[in-house]
Amino acid sequence: MGERSTFLLNGEEVVREGDPMARLLDVLREQRRLTGTKEGCGEGECGSCTVLLDGEVVCSCLVPIVQVDGREVRTVEGLAGDEAHAALSSLLVREGGVQCGACTPGVVVTLRALLERDPRPTRARVREALAGNLCRCTGYEGILRAVAALVGRKERP
Amino acid sequence: MSARDVHGVEPPWGDAFSVIGKPHRKVDGLAKATGQALYADDLTLPGMLHAKTLRSPHAHARIVSVDTSRAEALEGVHGVITGADLPTPYGVIPWTPDEHALAVDRVRFVGDEVAAVAAVDEDTALAALELIDVTYEPLHAFLDPHEAAERGEPAIHPARKKGNVSKHVELEFGDVEAALADADVVVEGDYFFHGTTHAPIEPHCALARYSADGLLTVWSSTQITHYVHRTLSAVLGLPAPRIRVVQPCLGGAFGGKSDPFSFELCAAKLAMLTGRPVKMLWTREEVFYAHRGRHPMHMHYRTGADASGRLRGVDARILIDGGAYSSFGLVTTYYSGQLLTGPYDFPSYRFDSTRVFTNKPPCGPKRGHGSVQPRFAFEVQLDELAERVGLDGIEIRRVNFQGSDTATVNGQRITSNGFAECLDAVERASGWKDRHGKLPLGRGLGVAGSMYITGTNYPVYPNEMPQAGIQLKVDRSGLVTCFTGGNDIGQGSNSVVAYLVAEELGMDHRDVRVVAADTDLCPVDLGAYSSRVTFMVGNAAIDAARKLRGAIVGAVAGEWAVPAERVRMVGGAVLDLGDPERALTTAEAFQLAEARLDTLGSTGSYNTPPLGGDYRGGSIGASPAYSFTAHVVEAEVDVETGRITVSDAWIAHDCGRALNPMLVAGQMEGSAYMGMAEALLEHHEVNRFGLHAGPSLLDYRIPTSVDTPELHALIVESLDPEGPYGAKEAGEGPLHPAIPAISNAVFDAVGIRLRHLPFTPAKVLAALAERAPSAAGSGS
Repeated sequence: MGERSTFLLNGEEVVREGDPMARLLDVLREQRRLTGTKEGCGEGECGSCTVLLDGEVVCSCLVPIVQVDGREVRTVEGLAGDEAHAALSSLLVREGGVQCGACTPGVVVTLRALLERDPRPTRARVREALAGNLCRCTGYEGILRAVAALVGRKERP
Repeated sequence: MSARDVHGVEPPWGDAFSVIGKPHRKVDGLAKATGQALYADDLTLPGMLHAKTLRSPHAHARIVSVDTSRAEALEGVHGVITGADLPTPYGVIPWTPDEHALAVDRVRFVGDEVAAVAAVDEDTALAALELIDVTYEPLHAFLDPHEAAERGEPAIHPARKKGNVSKHVELEFGDVEAALADADVVVEGDYFFHGTTHAPIEPHCALARYSADGLLTVWSSTQITHYVHRTLSAVLGLPAPRIRVVQPCLGGAFGGKSDPFSFELCAAKLAMLTGRPVKMLWTREEVFYAHRGRHPMHMHYRTGADASGRLRGVDARILIDGGAYSSFGLVTTYYSGQLLTGPYDFPSYRFDSTRVFTNKPPCGPKRGHGSVQPRFAFEVQLDELAERVGLDGIEIRRVNFQGSDTATVNGQRITSNGFAECLDAVERASGWKDRHGKLPLGRGLGVAGSMYITGTNYPVYPNEMPQAGIQLKVDRSGLVTCFTGGNDIGQGSNSVVAYLVAEELGMDHRDVRVVAADTDLCPVDLGAYSSRVTFMVGNAAIDAARKLRGAIVGAVAGEWAVPAERVRMVGGAVLDLGDPERALTTAEAFQLAEARLDTLGSTGSYNTPPLGGDYRGGSIGASPAYSFTAHVVEAEVDVETGRITVSDAWIAHDCGRALNPMLVAGQMEGSAYMGMAEALLEHHEVNRFGLHAGPSLLDYRIPTSVDTPELHALIVESLDPEGPYGAKEAGEGPLHPAIPAISNAVFDAVGIRLRHLPFTPAKVLAALAERAPSAAGSGS
């Protein structure tokens, strides 16, 4: 106990002492009060706890805090301030990609990672990227429509 | 039903709608997409304890003794409770109170709740559970519903007098035997629907606080706040006025959060005992045990028709595997028969449904409660009938279409009915005429239809009060706040209330705020089940808004000394139709009305008209309006592996008026996805010891984005005379045809009839092997 880890959380340095095997998810939700990251299953299946770890999509329920030492974590709250988020979230809502919302923060994080890498993903590519984010409400159609609308707008001259 | 309950299908001001019918954003969408929306587990209170539940390792056992002394002695433990602390039985249906918050003397399935601990954190609570000593005397476990139907001992519920039968309903309308004897063609067969569960992404969670002045507040992820309120009062022995139940933002339900549950009762009891706030969050594994999902049904159907394909009679015998408790099972048993009698006309019908208890997680209401299973059997049988009489699958459904403004054989009133348009829509969109029966071997199209209730006039407990109530409060700034007991579970009911009130008051819907599902603040609504919210809460909202509008228009007309007919609320303003120069903003009109009249506000409500057949149970399944759906799906069958892939689903749904087409399409797409998953991927089952076969999202395979077909939502609007502006339900009906349509598409693809769910590769290969010799033998 009492091991120290230092990491960048949404751009801010965090120094944490405690159980090195504490789940990143619990540190975010309970200690940092960043409740946008949701727990749906606690075993890496549903993706509702998705965050970015050095820009990679991870399930924060599977990451012990010791693995985060010296690295950068971005949660939905950290992504939510910029223009890219405003565009994506607005379209997700407009196209019916948000119903109960329990999966939505994870979906947003995954899509941001995808769009940073591939600004014009095909429908198949979006489906593939979202395969780790279970949505129980939309049948994914509304989410796919939102990304199509986002990409379509970018494609216009 | 009084005049206040029917408001007409036309726009309130006679012109076009300004808010209704447009794809407005949901009122809570952006909060959800930025992580700001607060769900039950996102709430914390100072001094909050965490609670966990000890569960039974036995499928069926008598509890000989429970010793909690070692757990109580553990440092960090603040409270331990067992069945003795909460001995009052309850059940969502007041006639069948057979559940306890914690088992009193008997456990009935692996996972049944036995004891609960509140401690400083979850780890301490879990450690304390290990220190609770329970002695069990195992009993014979019933895992097969056939055995439970035949054998009453040991009784799973000894207090009940009918062995292990939970409910039996037998109803006959017309003379089925004579009809089948006269029929030119009779198709008979056995069908099986397996168990499936809701798997909402948010696990169940409650936070309870008991204040020094004796007020209990429970924030719960429930879809029926009102029933939780009533059950907390009954089980805790606390007067209902001392209890407040609040539903925070809810992360999906689909029927799985309809029952009052152990977690709510235990969190409340532990908060009362410890004097500290207590949160109980279920793990994903516990959500699987709580279940209340789709009942497995063993179904035998006989359907007769004349040579032209016109239905003569339908005879159904259904054995329903209820699991360990009644839950909504009384209603399920009726629904298994009562909801089949459309969109086709049957001159005669009989069903004989028996629900039995088994030692498995309790079944309950899942999206399309009680009627998805019979619909599967019947729509597959109808396709077999079409084949026998030489009709196309869409044609036989047209031939038997019952039409609008009619009555079903079991006495249900049908008003609007857009099923024929639904068939046209899926036929056109799927290219059915050019492609059905003509695709290469291994690819096929299948069709199926269905109907579903838009709420029911059967309140869970008998009473004469409104089924939906709403209250409007006016702020001088030009804001209207709506207080509704209706539960927004992600379907967007709060948004719908805002749209309706904004339409009536000629306001921007963003100037209408909705406060929902808080028993201290909101008038009673019966909650989010049986697809009742848009219809009932919607009508109540229009009722309240029209009263408020009348007051405001009257006050302005008085001020201007003109007839009220000249005053119109539109576009955020109040106008004088006779003088284009004269106008007020909505806020100015509110202030004027408040000055001339009194503090402004209004209430509204909705009650169903008297409905249903004149026989015992005739009101169960009686709805003020029915929705109708047709699907065509395109499936591919890999004859080497037996794997079925659905590439596309065309979903046409008659939702009455689409108040927000984007929200309606979302319900249609989500329903079709969920139905497809039940057919091909999901199976909620236990092993031979009664242990859940895979209580995780790895084993229970809900579809990912790559498993999900292309979903094409085709909205059909048959304006309903009693719906709010003509609207009906969209949340459950569109699930039904998804499953039989796949079976029928597989027949078109490879000529096999799949009658037993789920459609696993093994079943497909077995059916292909069975067909092969006769196909070879036919020499064609």
